[in-house]
Amino acid sequence: MLRFTLRRILQVAPTVVVVALLIFVIFSVVPGTFAVSLFADGKRAADPQLIARLNEEFGLNKPLMERFATYVTDLARFDLGTSFRTRQPVVDLINDRMGASLQLSVAAMVFAIVVGVPFGFLAALRPGSMLDTTTMIGAISGLSLPDFWFGLLLMYLFALQLNWLPSFGYGDGSLQNLILPAVTLGVTPLALLARTTRAGVLDVLNADFIRTAHSKGMSEAKVVRWHVARNALVLIVTTVGLQFGSLIGQAVVIEKLFAWPGIGSLLVDSVAIRDIPVVQGTILVIVLWFLIINTAVDLVYAAIDPRIKQE
Amino acid sequence: MLKRLTLAVMLGLGVSTEALAAGERHGGTLVFTAPYGSSFATLDVQASPNTQEEFITQAIHRALYDWDSIQNKPVLELASSEDVSDDGTVHTYHLRDNAVFHSGKPLTADDIIYSYKRIANPKNAFPGASYIAVIKGADEFIAGKAEEISGLKKIDDHTLEVTFVGPINPGFSLMQNTTVIYPSDVKDEASFAKTPVGLGAFVFKEHIPGSQVVVEKFDKYYEEGKPYLDRIDITLMAEDAARDIAFRNKEIDVSILGPTQYQAYQGEDALKDHLLEVAEVYTRTIGFNPTFEPFKDKRVRQAINYAINTPLIVERLVKNKAYPASGWLPLSSPAFDKDKAPYAFDPEKAKALLAEAGYADGFEFEVTASPNESWGVPIVEAILPMLKKVGITMKPKPVESSALGDAVTSGNFSAYIWSIPSGPDPLNALRCFLSTTPPSACNYSSYANPEFDKLFRAAEQERDPTKQSNLLRQANNLVQDDAPVWFFNYNKAVMAYQPWIHGLVPNATELAVQPYDEIWIDETAPDSRR
Repeated sequence: MLRFTLRRILQVAPTVVVVALLIFVIFSVVPGTFAVSLFADGKRAADPQLIARLNEEFGLNKPLMERFATYVTDLARFDLGTSFRTRQPVVDLINDRMGASLQLSVAAMVFAIVVGVPFGFLAALRPGSMLDTTTMIGAISGLSLPDFWFGLLLMYLFALQLNWLPSFGYGDGSLQNLILPAVTLGVTPLALLARTTRAGVLDVLNADFIRTAHSKGMSEAKVVRWHVARNALVLIVTTVGLQFGSLIGQAVVIEKLFAWPGIGSLLVDSVAIRDIPVVQGTILVIVLWFLIINTAVDLVYAAIDPRIKQE
Repeated sequence: MLKRLTLAVMLGLGVSTEALAAGERHGGTLVFTAPYGSSFATLDVQASPNTQEEFITQAIHRALYDWDSIQNKPVLELASSEDVSDDGTVHTYHLRDNAVFHSGKPLTADDIIYSYKRIANPKNAFPGASYIAVIKGADEFIAGKAEEISGLKKIDDHTLEVTFVGPINPGFSLMQNTTVIYPSDVKDEASFAKTPVGLGAFVFKEHIPGSQVVVEKFDKYYEEGKPYLDRIDITLMAEDAARDIAFRNKEIDVSILGPTQYQAYQGEDALKDHLLEVAEVYTRTIGFNPTFEPFKDKRVRQAINYAINTPLIVERLVKNKAYPASGWLPLSSPAFDKDKAPYAFDPEKAKALLAEAGYADGFEFEVTASPNESWGVPIVEAILPMLKKVGITMKPKPVESSALGDAVTSGNFSAYIWSIPSGPDPLNALRCFLSTTPPSACNYSSYANPEFDKLFRAAEQERDPTKQSNLLRQANNLVQDDAPVWFFNYNKAVMAYQPWIHGLVPNATELAVQPYDEIWIDETAPDSRR
């Protein structure tokens, strides 16, 4: 198990390096610079002297290869650089936002698991029933609804009409402020989980070993608990892992809509103003998060199903 | 009570700040929205040129001058009076003797000298350096060739003599967000970005990055009886639709409206009476690059102005949240010519001008445009069929906002559509058409007309404001006639406010930025605000 764990962790490193290089290349070729983008909103006339001073200060006049060397050297020292926009270390900016991002992603995922998995499971145990049909219609709707629109709908209903919850903001980080953005963000993974769970459970239910278990006289409850649930779990854990890993990145729209202070909105702001160190740092953290979750999922597989470890 | 009063109407009626603020009530919390992004770049406002940081400035900081929205001009803020030399270059400021920083330190001339040197310090590369450059010797300091700014001279703790490079109105430069005054006794300058200390009416309390800044009343503020509010939550809300719901749900006290919301709010009885409108100092145009052969001919540029039905676009697409432009300087400019009519919609005249210029069969050009709904691709798409009718084929070249700035400042365009500041200082706004102003600055259309230069130079030297405005008006009319751009519109900024909010002013420089020390909340406000 230790060798397996180490191997999986070591596989993360080259992925991070490739992603870091890709980010550097992409943001070196896209048009627009930080200094020029300060004037892009049309609120002030361009100031060529300021543009020159800022390009000089942030080393943007240096040759591409020199900037690349600095980037790689800094990265090797785990230094993500300094933000052009805030003039603060990128690590500090990400730290400021990470808590809110994790809070939102975890809450969304918990909501998706707690609602999606039981409904998917029950739907599979009674295929063709009213519950099955309703769950699948709900799941397809959940996958089809644009996040932005669904968020506005929730705001309209629970804030404006019912006045139960605040429509926006982080407040003091209380549950009240978290509910609407978490439900909005959680609805897509919920729908996906419900469908995947149903498909996974149906697949297992038709397997030979389930027929064998039944023929041995094992009770329905025991078959479901010991054989169906455990075997369907691999597929469910895969879906949870993939969804959870990508939630921080997917939260961009939700964060903007609900004025939630996560790293998604930090990324959007930074891309718009070409604050390249923050863009690079934020994307790296999102990628790293995705890789960590997936590595964790692999390790969980091995615990659930020893055959995976053997392979 | 302000009810849909435009700046022009307000000025016409002679409405004063006092009249607006009759019956003030102390106490309460204002929930104010900062709509231009989902974060504040920094709390060190001297370092940031963004509009988003101006919300922090208004609460926490003060500059030597401030913008008076009612008088529509910069006025002294940290000085109680000034003496100006006969040639208009030397200003002696008598600083307020009751102005105190939030740290308890009294304001002195040293703080102003320290702040201007920090802003102009070449190592900092701060955006306000170009404003400080109006002070004699600042250019040498910015270039790193001098240890001091020679034009700054401390007479005593409360008297400061400043020599400027010419007989300018220094208020326009020294009222900026980026030229505010910091205390000179700071131990660590990095602290300005975390725990700002200023001279403003409110003290910094808390910053939740990406969410809000909270400020509380400063008891030692120099304006007696102010501020009225106990606390302000300056909340980040970039999304129009979310802001709309929060405003209707009474969670926020003000909201800046886009065209669609403006139209919707006008149609609702509960909302239409609480809209504050002002002609802001931004002119939206399509700029022409004279290196593109057809645009070298003035008749072609004029033909485009005649060929486009501007009022129709303003009405249908911009939902009347703009005023059709009749020249470069906007409605709120002291040099605006109210008698000058905009180009009329006259396709026949456009065709005739094109034929005269040798383009009877038309031509094709590309216009670089961002996705902005009020001055971007949607506007270009509306113009396409109008130009097609006179034989001109226009093709939109959609780019992202940052790339638009890059293309325009580097001259990499045939035409572009953009919103460009055209005030509040008319002299500075028209400087963009001076032949010596490079295209990389703001003379994007490489405009050059000796007659304009002559009028501008005369205005620059003129000390009588009325005579100066007359000269600038003539220069502005010259630009309109030469048509280096298609004159589209002047932005009409609209702010919706809750009925319990008082003291808002029609700020033509940026409506979203309000003087917080003037704002008060009446007893009809919800409990959470009172």
